[in-house]
Amino acid sequence: MKLTGAEILIECLKREGVKTIFALPGGVVLKIFDMLHQQKDIEVVLTRHEQGAGHMAEGYAKATGKAGVCLVTSGPGMTNVITALADAYMDSVPLVCFSGQVPTSLIGNDAFQEADNMGLSRPCTKYNFLVKDVKDLAVTIKEAFYIATTGRPGPVLVDIPKDVSMDKAEFTYPSSVSIRSYNPVYEGNKWQIKQAAEAMTKAKKPVLYVGGGVIFSGASQELIELAELTHMPVDMTLMGLGAFPGEHPQSMGMLGMHGTYWANMVMHYSDLVVAIGARFDDRVTGKVSEFCPHAKVIHIDIDPTSIRKNVNVDIPIVGDCKLVLRELIQILRATVNGDQRELRKPWWNQIREWQQANPLAYQQEADGPIKPQHVIQRLYELTKDRDPIVSTDVGQHQMWAAQYFKLAKPNRWLTSGGLGTMGFGFPAAMGAQAAFPGRLVLCIAGDGSIQMNMQEMATAVVHKLPVKIIILNNRFHGMVRQWQDLFYEGRYASSYLETTPDFVKLAEAYGAVGLRASKPSEIDDVLKEAIAVNKPVIVDVPTYPYENVYPMIPAGGCNHEMILEDPPALKNKQSGAGQMASKDSDTILTA
Amino acid sequence: MEHIISVTVENKFGSLSRIAGLFSGRGFNIESLSVAPTLDPSMSQMTIVTSGDERIIEQIVKQLNKLIDVIKVVDLNESDFVSRETALIKVHTRSEDRAEALRIADIFRANVIDSTPTTYTIEVTGDPRKIEAIINLLQPLGIKELTRTGRVAVARELIRSTDVQAKKVVRE
Repeated sequence: MKLTGAEILIECLKREGVKTIFALPGGVVLKIFDMLHQQKDIEVVLTRHEQGAGHMAEGYAKATGKAGVCLVTSGPGMTNVITALADAYMDSVPLVCFSGQVPTSLIGNDAFQEADNMGLSRPCTKYNFLVKDVKDLAVTIKEAFYIATTGRPGPVLVDIPKDVSMDKAEFTYPSSVSIRSYNPVYEGNKWQIKQAAEAMTKAKKPVLYVGGGVIFSGASQELIELAELTHMPVDMTLMGLGAFPGEHPQSMGMLGMHGTYWANMVMHYSDLVVAIGARFDDRVTGKVSEFCPHAKVIHIDIDPTSIRKNVNVDIPIVGDCKLVLRELIQILRATVNGDQRELRKPWWNQIREWQQANPLAYQQEADGPIKPQHVIQRLYELTKDRDPIVSTDVGQHQMWAAQYFKLAKPNRWLTSGGLGTMGFGFPAAMGAQAAFPGRLVLCIAGDGSIQMNMQEMATAVVHKLPVKIIILNNRFHGMVRQWQDLFYEGRYASSYLETTPDFVKLAEAYGAVGLRASKPSEIDDVLKEAIAVNKPVIVDVPTYPYENVYPMIPAGGCNHEMILEDPPALKNKQSGAGQMASKDSDTILTA
Repeated sequence: MEHIISVTVENKFGSLSRIAGLFSGRGFNIESLSVAPTLDPSMSQMTIVTSGDERIIEQIVKQLNKLIDVIKVVDLNESDFVSRETALIKVHTRSEDRAEALRIADIFRANVIDSTPTTYTIEVTGDPRKIEAIINLLQPLGIKELTRTGRVAVARELIRSTDVQAKKVVRE
């Protein structure tokens, strides 16, 4: 039987097991939406902006490990979704984005709502397709899902001209794909793995440095086993949080620019760095020339380009983390016995010293302004037994969440790492909630970043996605303000927001629930109330505006030279300024 | 250091821009790039002349390999290869210079492929030094237009593995 392009698209999605897509219609995709409207297998989440659709698909993908799917129209629909594609590309999120295109006869004519979707998306997708003939549609979609989810995952765009969605063709869905020029390597080189195992048994001061690759390859169990077998400390990148249980005694937490003191010290003084599914980002390495000066480096990654891109590697292993770790464990089990613990005793003594010397700290006075870290700490304590999914936007709140919200399992942490996209958190949380309607999904946001995709509250209300947003409201672009205080002599150029909307009323205006905690003593009750509601909730928490994120490695600084607290000059300045600002905030919030 | 990289790609809409985009997006140099079909019409052959230190070249090769449309990447500097470039040079010739222009062409075994009352168009093929040399000699006569193909290269056959080994040792 012959089907239209739109019907073929839907049939393909069903065969790929897609249950939910995030979409916004427009002229050239009307046929597709018309067909979606007449079926019940795939839920269409109508977003209020295409960027939201893209981030929701990302949240869905990160929480489920499957490809997220979004559908947008040509021209502005496409340009709006670009941010999400670029974000997914940086963070290796499997995504399939369908974009509408003007009819093939009009391509290149500057038709209404035409944009060069292929040209726009080329640098921010793993691959992109323009389907010029409906006969190619099914096989293209099969290839798109295959490319998005295999090897190092990433976003794939399928551009569908209007006439292709309306033309008819015989539908057959290919059962398998073979692309001669695309053959990801999964099995690690055995000789290299043996070398790595040998280096790991000998090292006195080793560290496992793990990233998002561990999560995408589903290698958390293997990682735990490897860490326990070899008795090595585990540093996690921002994207790797959750790959290893945050409360495990061997967890060092996050490393890098705002990582814990000990996670960075461990890196700097180690004699062996075992990088697994991580890419030596500049936020991790700091000054490359002084990065891990004493260490040999083993690098396990599925993407060969990640290896030796930023730092030199002694033992490169290209392969899937899960498979490589399994092999490593097998070799190590045969060679390692209890002596690892003994061998590394001095290393662990040193690590425990570091941990005691500079723990993560903040001071919350009972009747003082609310400290943002305290809110996250309380949120963590109150929700950790419910195994929540946590999303964040980008900035100070993100770093505090990374430091204080200790994730026990993978696929619980949705954050924008590589691209650092403000406005990511809320739609990503909604995507995860759409995948897991019964789970508790938290979105930790700042007052600056939440406003970048606030419009999606309407989507959350309509589609009953009861995401709990906790806004740490300091009325600043806080991280910008922090840098201005530390490096620009406190000149707050365009970092002070002056006014933010009344988020409680705003939530109510959308038909969601708005709550506010104004004093430290109210935090627990308000958070509990928010968690209990089965509706989208905004919890607005006015926080002390001058709190800074520490430790901090200044950009281009060296990993063992961290700023651990406000420099004295800043402390003095803020003791005065803080009071003024908190008074100021009272007038705004009660006005 | 200069490297010549031979890339076999899918002969598809957009393949060239993916490769050009990779070089511009990541700040790699392209000195010249030539593309043409192969015996198999589904593939194209590119010869890219680029430069960079060892780490950059390694990245270029890896990044090219990562592109989904790329079938094969060979860094020709890893082995022996021959390379050629063709230039078409349109020389301004007054009547008293015409003999000189022909003499120069002759020295370089170049051909005059077109002539008008005031110009000769000379076709020359060789390695870049040869092309530079003929250009230098023709310049005093007045070069009106110059177009070069960029280099194409091919690896030499039947290299004994010991030769390759020896070369690698030298490089390291």
